[in-house]
Amino acid sequence: MVAKKGNKGGMGGEDAEEELTRVPLQAILLADSFATLFRPITLERPKVLLPLVNAPMIDYTLAWLESAGVDEVFVFCCAHSKQVIDYLENSKWFGQPNFSVTTIESYNSTSAGDALRLIYEKHVIRGDFILVTGDTVSNMPLTQALKEHKERRRKDSNAVMTMVIKQSKSSPITHQSRLGTEELFMAIDPETKQLLYYEDKAAALKGTISLDKALLMDNSSISLHNDKQDCYIDICSPEVLSLFTDNFDYQHLRRHFVKGLLVDDIMGYKIFTHEIHSSYAARIDNYRSYDTISKDIIQRWTYPLVPDVQFFGNSVTKLERQGMYRASDVELSRSAKIGPFTVIGSGTKIGNYTEVSNSVIGEGCVIGSDVSIDGCYIWDKVTIEDGCKLKHAIVCDGVIMKSGAVLEAGVVLSFKVIIGSRFVVPAYSKVSLLQQPVKQDSDEELEYADNSSGNIEIATLSNAAEKLEEELRTELSDSQIQSVSEVGNGGAGFIWSVSEGGHDEEWRHSVAPIPMDRLVEIIKNATDELDISNEDGNILPPSGELEPDSVNDSDEDVRDDSVQFEKEVEATFLRAVNENVKEDHVILEVNSLRLSYNLAATDCAGALFYAMMKLALDAPHGSPGELVKNVAAVITKWNKLLKYYLPSIDEEIEVILKFEEMCLESTKEYSTLFVQILHLLYDKDILEEDAILNWASEKEEADESDKLLLKQAEKFIQWLNEASEEEE
Amino acid sequence: MPDVQSMVNEFVIKLKKRKVEGSKSTAKLTAELLRSFISQQRLPHSNQAGALIDAVKAVGEKLIAANPVELAVGNVVRRVLHIIREEDLSLTTAAVGGLSLAAESDDENDTEQDDHPVLSATAVAAAARNALRPPSLQTLLEDIPHSAVAPPTSSSGGDSEGKSKSADKNSMTRKLKHNVIEAVNELIQEISTCHEQIAEQAVEHIHHNEVILTLGSSRTVMEFLCAAKEKKRSFRVFVAEGAPRYQGHAFAKELAGRGLQTTVITDSAVFAMISRVNMVIVGAHAVMANGGVIAPVGLNMVALAAQRHAVPFVVLAGVHKLCPLYPHNPEVLLNELKSPSELLDFGEFSDCLDVGSGTGSPLLHVVNPAFDYVPPNLVNLFITDTGGHNPSYIYRLIADYYSADDLVVRRKSAS
Repeated sequence: MVAKKGNKGGMGGEDAEEELTRVPLQAILLADSFATLFRPITLERPKVLLPLVNAPMIDYTLAWLESAGVDEVFVFCCAHSKQVIDYLENSKWFGQPNFSVTTIESYNSTSAGDALRLIYEKHVIRGDFILVTGDTVSNMPLTQALKEHKERRRKDSNAVMTMVIKQSKSSPITHQSRLGTEELFMAIDPETKQLLYYEDKAAALKGTISLDKALLMDNSSISLHNDKQDCYIDICSPEVLSLFTDNFDYQHLRRHFVKGLLVDDIMGYKIFTHEIHSSYAARIDNYRSYDTISKDIIQRWTYPLVPDVQFFGNSVTKLERQGMYRASDVELSRSAKIGPFTVIGSGTKIGNYTEVSNSVIGEGCVIGSDVSIDGCYIWDKVTIEDGCKLKHAIVCDGVIMKSGAVLEAGVVLSFKVIIGSRFVVPAYSKVSLLQQPVKQDSDEELEYADNSSGNIEIATLSNAAEKLEEELRTELSDSQIQSVSEVGNGGAGFIWSVSEGGHDEEWRHSVAPIPMDRLVEIIKNATDELDISNEDGNILPPSGELEPDSVNDSDEDVRDDSVQFEKEVEATFLRAVNENVKEDHVILEVNSLRLSYNLAATDCAGALFYAMMKLALDAPHGSPGELVKNVAAVITKWNKLLKYYLPSIDEEIEVILKFEEMCLESTKEYSTLFVQILHLLYDKDILEEDAILNWASEKEEADESDKLLLKQAEKFIQWLNEASEEEE
Repeated sequence: MPDVQSMVNEFVIKLKKRKVEGSKSTAKLTAELLRSFISQQRLPHSNQAGALIDAVKAVGEKLIAANPVELAVGNVVRRVLHIIREEDLSLTTAAVGGLSLAAESDDENDTEQDDHPVLSATAVAAAARNALRPPSLQTLLEDIPHSAVAPPTSSSGGDSEGKSKSADKNSMTRKLKHNVIEAVNELIQEISTCHEQIAEQAVEHIHHNEVILTLGSSRTVMEFLCAAKEKKRSFRVFVAEGAPRYQGHAFAKELAGRGLQTTVITDSAVFAMISRVNMVIVGAHAVMANGGVIAPVGLNMVALAAQRHAVPFVVLAGVHKLCPLYPHNPEVLLNELKSPSELLDFGEFSDCLDVGSGTGSPLLHVVNPAFDYVPPNLVNLFITDTGGHNPSYIYRLIADYYSADDLVVRRKSAS
């Protein structure tokens, strides 16, 4: 019945305006983060169903939407969609008065962009809607933000989106240490609150951000913020959906959509911000923010979404002294020490002399004696035998830790893993019953990348997961007999290897606090960065993990690219020679290569020239004289092709430089023939005399070692000079 | 039935999400909900009172569990239970006739005793107290409508009183339900008019040129003060702002708008100002059976200051705020810890709340309790709709309004 109404709201204008007043408030909840930061846990259970302080994340989001006055929620499920739908059907969210929850299932969406395109096709959104992900925890009231949004829309139909932001103290480390994200820069018009610039990968930019000059010309004032936090709560107009459909390459909400809109000034769509002050909003992006937000919930910043208020379906929990939340039927030994800010779920038993602090323990866990648990998240039905030690770890459902096992900081144990007795799980390792997929993507890349590959992989894996699990179950009995598995005597599970180079990055997104030395490093880097920007950037960048894309790296990247490009061009050229491909086709191919490697036209000329010289060199030759002949032959044959890429002097100079480089580095054979070939090229009209003269004058200032070839060519250049003078 | 069930569920959700706040509105909504619940309840032919009590208890348990901090819910549920018992008692006694009053009431209690053998002792004790207690003003007042209603029943069933009891029951069922609903209506009326009832007594307590101190905001206090003003009393009011919600600001504004001399002070200035104050008048969240008060945070401090300077500390409380429980039980004294964002801005302090560095636990904790407990020895006077009472007299009021059987609503229905 919803679909019949159509999507008139998408047209904008007065019609939409009237409609806005009477349509129920709708929300789209993406129950899939399209990221892999929570692997290996998310291979077996969708992220939105992971317990956050003993209630699934999606319950927080739905409870908030409900209390904020949303009438209709569309839950978009992709990965593990069955589990999400099953959960929602069994929970009471369906059939609530005045709050309808509808699920939209998809099997092949790989990004938020795909999801929104699919929802657009369904024609269910009729007016302004709230766009959130299923891992948002908030208690903000929406009325004010909605009112502002609608008012702006009335004045300007191009104001398609309002983004909720929150102040967050700008210290060099808080972005990293609170939410595990990089620093976020935003430029906002202080009067209209329009968002003008958005950059969430600021660290890669080395402390400098570049703003479009037009921004400063068009706006009377701009305030630049690095102390804002993006809550990932957006109030969108229906146009947003059609925009996603129009721009089918938009995948990521922020990186593509927001930045795309900000850059695109043809359509003139605008994004505004709404800052919240007293209320709470945050999104769980990675293990670090999972930790932070759990603690914020325990500290009651999210009131009324706290454990002792039954906001939805969570079991009755009482808040006792010092922020200790205890469910009604917990069996606690008298000698057990339960520290402040802990949550203990119902049916859990805790043995003698066990110490628990700053942790969340789920339902139905059995914890033995002399266990020490600090800063851990232990989910449901976990068994921890005597004498185990856990520090800053996440332990999923059904895990068994045999006596004396130790988890070092930052460990993640996925579902039903068994840790052998006295086994020490090294810091930051992730253990799962499922084997690590062969293809390894760096976590960070995937989070932000288009990650089409990553998600398909998940889908297939999750199907395979059940089978695998069963196999493992049967194997499990065998593994008892098996002497030593990967996780200790009698254990079951595979330790996932961290991606190469990623080991240093693990601490960023782990639940464990950042180690002291790292902190010092971050602070040092941050202050160094400041120095750089102050002192004109002439100092070498400090080395360290914080800048994965430091200047050196990016230079290398570019070089890598161009080497790759040269090889490709060479191959293309050789094919052309061998298979007699037409010149036009070669040009076409080289051009497409150039585009795909994003290089300049000058590079083409250089590469092509290089390929030709290589060809000449590879042809059989006895003496330098024959080599020159070879070169002459090749050049004459492909004269037109090369000429095509030499439209101006710049390219010609590039060719000379390239040739020089070859003589000095790769193909020493040419070094003695430099002048001869230069002359040849001049004769064949490939190089103009201006180009050669320019090159020579440029080289005049170079080091002595570089002048080797210049000296060789001295006479030739002199002759050129004289020739030109004569002409005059 | 499903209709009323969904109403109950809706209200439970509202309570759970803390969407209904303030004891008066909660009490009123609870009473209205129970009224419609009772009116739609079908009763069996025998022992309707017991069935009705069980049904109300089942709902009451849900409501109380939804927000255990809001004691008004439990109070109203217990009041309604008490009403059912009283009505039942008066009906049966009327039916049996005035002569065998004591015996029949025992008999009725015996049937109840069969239903709930666990509480037999208390039931007997309650019955004994019912029978033995000297008629208080309240019971005398309540009895008048009962006797007025009773005669038709006795006349209809009078001729064959013992034998045709079952036939009689039918009319009695309707009678009982009708009477209970009438009485619940009275209760709702009483809750909604408690402000006026209390305010009427204002002139007896506030005198010329006095200085009154209050903290935070309370509708009852507002009506009370304004009633005194209308009676041409001239006095000054000090309003402590009531951090962290600062409801005192709005309260002072409204007082000034109504033409009262008002001064706003910070909470921390209360002790400095108390020597100039003639009387402290405050509202309450709940009044416990021992005369202790659960009140908005900050009031314990005010009460201590008042005691130090021998300033009368007066608490205004509608009868629905009387809670028959004692505050020894930690479950009763549950405090509501609100969001710390009322105290300070999350953004400004987010660097102190950092868990990602150091030991993993934040160094800054913010605690924002909603309530204080003021012990009975700090309170000089309670003013309820029935008049002024000493803290030590509260237990007596509670005996008037609640039946001892209903004190534990939850455990009993579970057993």
